[in-house]
Amino acid sequence: MPDPPPPLLEMSGIVKSFPGVRALRGVNLRLAAGEVLALLGENGAGKSTLIKVLGGAQSADEGAISLNGRPVTLRSPQEARRAGIAVIYQEFNLVPGLTAVENIFLGRESTRAGFLARTDERRRIDALFQRLGADFDPAVPCRALTTAQQQLVEIAKALAFEARLLVMDEPTAALTAHEVDRLFTLIRDLKRRGLGIIYISHRLEEITTLADRVTILRDGRNVGERPIADITRREMIEMMVGRELQDEFPPRTPALGEVRLEVRGLRRGRAVRDVSFDVRRGEIVGIAGLVGAGRTETVRLLFGADAREAGDIRLDGRPLDLRSPQDAINAGIGLLTEDRKHQGLVLAHSVRDNFALPNLDRLSRHGFVRQPQEREEFARYVDRLGIRIPHQEQHAGNLSGGNQQKVVLAKWLARNCEVLLFDEPTRGIDAGAKYEIYQLLNDLAAHGKAIIMISSELPELIGMADRILVMHDGRLTGEITDARHATQEAIMHLAIA
Amino acid sequence: MPLLNTLLRDYGMVFVLLLLCAFFSVVTISDQSPRGEAAAAQVAADIKKSHGPAPQVLLAVGDQPDDAAFASSLERILSAQGARVAAVARGEPKDARQAMETLAAAGTRLDVIACTPAARSWLVFAQVDRDFPALGTPHLLAPRSYRWPNFLKSENLLNITNQIAVIAIIAIGMTMVIITGGIDLSVGSLLALSAVLTARFIRDHAGGVDASAGGMVLCALAAIAACSAVGAFSGLMITRFRIPPFIVTLAMMLVGSGLAYTLAGGQSIYQLPESFIWLGRGADLAGLPNAVVLMLALYAAAHILMSRMKLGRHLYAVGGNREAARLSGVAVPRVLMTAYIVSAALAGLGGVIMASQLKSGSATYGNMYELYVIAAVVVGGASLSGGAGKMPGTLIGAFTIAVIQNGMNLTNVESYTQKVVLGLVILGAVLLDTLRHRHAGTSTP
Repeated sequence: MPDPPPPLLEMSGIVKSFPGVRALRGVNLRLAAGEVLALLGENGAGKSTLIKVLGGAQSADEGAISLNGRPVTLRSPQEARRAGIAVIYQEFNLVPGLTAVENIFLGRESTRAGFLARTDERRRIDALFQRLGADFDPAVPCRALTTAQQQLVEIAKALAFEARLLVMDEPTAALTAHEVDRLFTLIRDLKRRGLGIIYISHRLEEITTLADRVTILRDGRNVGERPIADITRREMIEMMVGRELQDEFPPRTPALGEVRLEVRGLRRGRAVRDVSFDVRRGEIVGIAGLVGAGRTETVRLLFGADAREAGDIRLDGRPLDLRSPQDAINAGIGLLTEDRKHQGLVLAHSVRDNFALPNLDRLSRHGFVRQPQEREEFARYVDRLGIRIPHQEQHAGNLSGGNQQKVVLAKWLARNCEVLLFDEPTRGIDAGAKYEIYQLLNDLAAHGKAIIMISSELPELIGMADRILVMHDGRLTGEITDARHATQEAIMHLAIA
Repeated sequence: MPLLNTLLRDYGMVFVLLLLCAFFSVVTISDQSPRGEAAAAQVAADIKKSHGPAPQVLLAVGDQPDDAAFASSLERILSAQGARVAAVARGEPKDARQAMETLAAAGTRLDVIACTPAARSWLVFAQVDRDFPALGTPHLLAPRSYRWPNFLKSENLLNITNQIAVIAIIAIGMTMVIITGGIDLSVGSLLALSAVLTARFIRDHAGGVDASAGGMVLCALAAIAACSAVGAFSGLMITRFRIPPFIVTLAMMLVGSGLAYTLAGGQSIYQLPESFIWLGRGADLAGLPNAVVLMLALYAAAHILMSRMKLGRHLYAVGGNREAARLSGVAVPRVLMTAYIVSAALAGLGGVIMASQLKSGSATYGNMYELYVIAAVVVGGASLSGGAGKMPGTLIGAFTIAVIQNGMNLTNVESYTQKVVLGLVILGAVLLDTLRHRHAGTSTP
């Protein structure tokens, strides 16, 4: 019997250390051509470092990588690309001002007698776009494209240079359900054409439907590798967190009081059209909808972050005239944005400074910050929320997603906000930290706060919310009062309207 | 040592500055002779050591101001010691000859002739024992010279601080602006505008050369207020109309400079009272120039503002992540306005100081100062992308630039060459800082 052909990719004994952290402690990974391998692990398990090593963005301290049985060294992204490896990071590598065509050929422009061979490039792109089912104009600047379209540009970039191996890091994080379906169809097509695909995601349903095999990392080591058919969702989570898990959502016994927040006829352009609803004391109201349905825009209006064209907002019966976030904060409203890195935190500053920012008026006297009080108060919230930081001067940018989210939460809890607006509170957060955030949400509701939670993960809305509002195209298209017994299908039906 | 580590991390440029000081100290070592009272004390001690407490002494000095101080103070010390000062010859060699002739005629014997280093080489003293045998064999004594760097002489060090005071003061406002992620190119022009306005106000409204102190203060405040108004205008353009700071302040740089020339009528305004130089040239506190004292006080206040006060936190937050700051309830437009107003006001104050130093107001002042000020801030470690920077760092940056300029002046480097060197040193200093940060920075997986 002949030897089986060598695998497309074999990484063995990969070790990578950073000052103070051993990110990878001897990781092995195999991938065959035409296979989709899911790479699973909590944040900090080493997935990102592993794919950065594979993509040439970081070099391993120890270990070997071979492609089709031949050892390779990948010292730079260029070398990795030449070897046929394309990595699509969560944050895309596209120049916003350049068109799709320009981005795809960036650094490898085809020229004829020194001039850009634009018609030639365009012809190749058109063929590629057709193959990918991309139906947008490749001549518009990338900043004008949706996330899904930009992702297609990244994929086209990989295929244009004959990548044999495609790595995708959380590709569906910002996609709508429909876009996810299209992406999966595309991935299956690429797989049939013999590409090896490494797929990283926190969404276990996706992995179950898409992957052939799953490799699970924890603390920089392999903890499991199985064909997808031989592993349950529960086993995957348990391997990731390293303990047995009881439930994904903590038990919740809502105790609803009187109406606290009343919203009537809220309106802003096409994004938010005539939205009205109430939130009661102790209630968690979920808002479902596709990306672009107006969910984020709605809560931004409630926070005064954008100007509303019409609409009344009342808190405990008092009308609020919110012209800026300051007004909202003073009225007792807090917003946890969907984009922590760009809107929630000053990444280069310490976690304590971030915590203090909305609380400075309270923490200072005659313009001077009362630093001992600031330190002490932050320490209290670090304790209460279980924020894991080495010291209070730690830069916010160096924390895991879960810890970052807890710092943002601490900001608003210290303000004693009565209304909390959570926009995708568990995005990019691993399973263990998610559970803690859910518990905090329950805890806040139990203390009589009014909570609005936007989420694209329907199981999360069903598991956490008391009532679910569904938005489509700027309007409320439905309300599910018995959220606990809602089905994903029922919500999606309203969201697609 | 944690203190050393903190210093290294926050103000690594300190070491570049010290290195520069060491370098210029070594290359400017030369012979120094003490003068005035210090010289007198030294000579008196020498006389006491070699001739006991009561010798006969002749003092011979030239006619420089220092010489008179030397003579009178030496005479006083020697009398106190019990020595007899037979005569004091002031002026030229012939005065000394006359004094010696008189003493010889009177039959006075001399033990010591104490003189200044210049007088020591006078021909009249070459062979005293042969020319004036009646005087005996007096010992010729002058202050001993010593080797010391010109750079480290206290006058020179004061000179450096005095020269950089204006730039350093303006750099406080620039640091605040740069920390918010902006830039202010208008400071050089506002300096000129303020100098011209102050001088004109004093000439036209406060009585010119007869202006009272209160009148001058009001005129200076009015000029600073006018600059602040320009700063407020820049801030408004930046916050309300979202025009990039670079463009707004570039425009204000032209406007300010043009206004200054127009208001000055194309010439210097010098009809100012003598007392106007108090701020720029006076030195009332322990010999420190008033401008330097003001600079140090402003730095102390600015450091407290940035590290301890709410406004400081807001400035850092707006520069670090404007949207996150806004969504945390920071009044971003007000914070930015404050930064540009403070920057313009301090440029105005710089103009007042410069007018006082030069006792006139001219539209040519402050040319290219914006670049030196920005260089001081950047060398001091602030990031042009905003969110990072410290006041003490900026002060160190300003001094680094001043030391380079001063050192090159002392070593007679041509002024055109100085610009080349200064440019390269600024680049090198920032490069060093960047490399150090990259080395020290911890990357995370």
